[in-house]
Amino acid sequence: MGIELRRVTKQLGSETHIYETNLVLESGEFNVLLGTTLSGKTTLMRLMAGLERPSSGEVWHNGENVTGLPVQKRNVAMVYQAFVNYPNFTVFDNIASPLRVARVQADEVRRRVEGIAELLKLTPILERLPNELSGGQQQRTALARALVKDAALVLLDEPLANLDYKLREELRDELPKLFQDTGATVVYATSEPLEALMLGGYTATLEQGRVVEYGPTVRLYRSPGSLASARVFSDPPINTAQVEKRGPIFFLTESVHWTAPAGFRDLADGHYTIGVRPHHLTIGGIDQGVVKVRARVLVAEISGSESIVHADVEGNLWVSESHGIHPFEVGDIAELFLHVGRCLYFDNDGSLIGHQADTASRDRPH
Amino acid sequence: MRTHRWLVPTLYIVFLMLPIYWLLNMSFKTTNEILGTFSLWPLDFTLDNYRKIFTDPTWYNGYLNSITYVVMNTVISVSVALPAAYAFSRYRFLGDKHLFFWLLTNRMAPPAVFALPFFQLYSAIGLFDTHIAVALAHCLFNIPLAVWILEGFMSAVPKELDETAYLDGYSFWRFFVKIFIPTVAAGIGVAAFFCFMYSWVELLLAKTLTSVAAKPIAATMTRTASTAGYELGLLAAAGTLTLVPGAFVIYFVRNYIAKGFALGRV
Repeated sequence: MGIELRRVTKQLGSETHIYETNLVLESGEFNVLLGTTLSGKTTLMRLMAGLERPSSGEVWHNGENVTGLPVQKRNVAMVYQAFVNYPNFTVFDNIASPLRVARVQADEVRRRVEGIAELLKLTPILERLPNELSGGQQQRTALARALVKDAALVLLDEPLANLDYKLREELRDELPKLFQDTGATVVYATSEPLEALMLGGYTATLEQGRVVEYGPTVRLYRSPGSLASARVFSDPPINTAQVEKRGPIFFLTESVHWTAPAGFRDLADGHYTIGVRPHHLTIGGIDQGVVKVRARVLVAEISGSESIVHADVEGNLWVSESHGIHPFEVGDIAELFLHVGRCLYFDNDGSLIGHQADTASRDRPH
Repeated sequence: MRTHRWLVPTLYIVFLMLPIYWLLNMSFKTTNEILGTFSLWPLDFTLDNYRKIFTDPTWYNGYLNSITYVVMNTVISVSVALPAAYAFSRYRFLGDKHLFFWLLTNRMAPPAVFALPFFQLYSAIGLFDTHIAVALAHCLFNIPLAVWILEGFMSAVPKELDETAYLDGYSFWRFFVKIFIPTVAAGIGVAAFFCFMYSWVELLLAKTLTSVAAKPIAATMTRTASTAGYELGLLAAAGTLTLVPGAFVIYFVRNYIAKGFALGRV
């Protein structure tokens, strides 16, 4: 059953934060809300938690309408981007607080808190106050408090965004494992597509107060149902261009064209939009299933072992991402490999027509 | 230059401490010595002035009266200001900003303006010459001050703390008492300090609204022209003792005050 939003909207004054949304999140699963800042992730979470009331519509939890139920009566836990702990309580008391409010027996409290503390490596600092801890430890404490009460719904609002890189990686690996056996429905908000992919489970892509698409994370990444969804779920941004199909050939321009991949041959002639992820537009690489395009380099940057080139490709401003170091000067002409077999093809209202399943299965994100 | 770095601060502190030293100096002298000779320290050291204050009820009752209404006022002001400041820091309501500013404007009027209405009102309802009369009158100035100070401290606490507590199952009052008040303890300390100090030094209302039963020490001090002439030594001793409670309170909140200054609310 899990959590379910039925025709939920949220307005504040004349501003609409959430347009009518219907969403059923898989229970007992890791659900990611993916969207940029102001896309409505936090508002959706607050609606699910009951911290805010929807302007219209209903929130259902495990087959029960909880729309007007006060937060205290819902079995919900939340972890924020900022590290929120009770500053006057020690780490132990912080973790124990939801249990104590629920009047759990003292020795049971001790047992459960110590168990969670062990899991989150907080045992040596149980007697310290939150202000004496590092950011990572503070967020672990907040996570422990969310875990200890065995909430049916756990909301994690960009919990790793304020942590440094190393800690973020570490906690990100642990998170799905921590919640794996609890049976809780976990909702995790992030603005990073990569993070969604690493956390797995299910993802909802959000754009400007609307849920664009919801489904298993990997499916959503490989074949996003719409251009909008693909845009949200791509970093660097996905490249798009108008193509024309004439007979069995797709034309980007008169000189750049390719034979329609299997499955697209019967498509009616006319204009379509292609979506090309930056790592499907490379400098060199495999020679199969590619079309070579000439590109004028606008910006070239090297991040570690990746080269990112912003270039003008037949009048389109595209981004290319390739392995290895490829130094370019601004204004250079580069030859890029366009992996046409891995492109996403959209019709003119932006919904996905299809993509080549067999090549996609070999397609590893980054 | 380097070797004389201590010079300016030392001079500053000497100038600052001089009147206090002189008061202390006088309090250990006899009135005759004060009037007759110029001496930097008491030549004829005496504790008689203090002895008189601690044994004569007209004197020590002055202190007890003052402390009574000051403590009353501080307790009332802070406990009323706590929920008010919480509302200002957490909720948006119609006219909230205007109301908040209006609170402050209460402090812009001189207390003398309110002396007459308070005097008449309290006389009419039988509150004249009681401790609570002075305590309530001082609330007029101290509650806005306390609300202003506390609002600053409370707004520095993220709203997510409240929400986390509700999600953990805390009721509002349980959260407020067990988590929120300890979190803003520094602010409460600062607000209480300022209420205490203001009420302690305020003279006009305290004098106007009392006659005998609740006469404050400051009023007692202004009536020391006895048949023996001015008792300057006694007056100095009383003055010295008046400084003591303030010094005590400031010692306890000295660390919080710096925090209050950092928030721009003191």
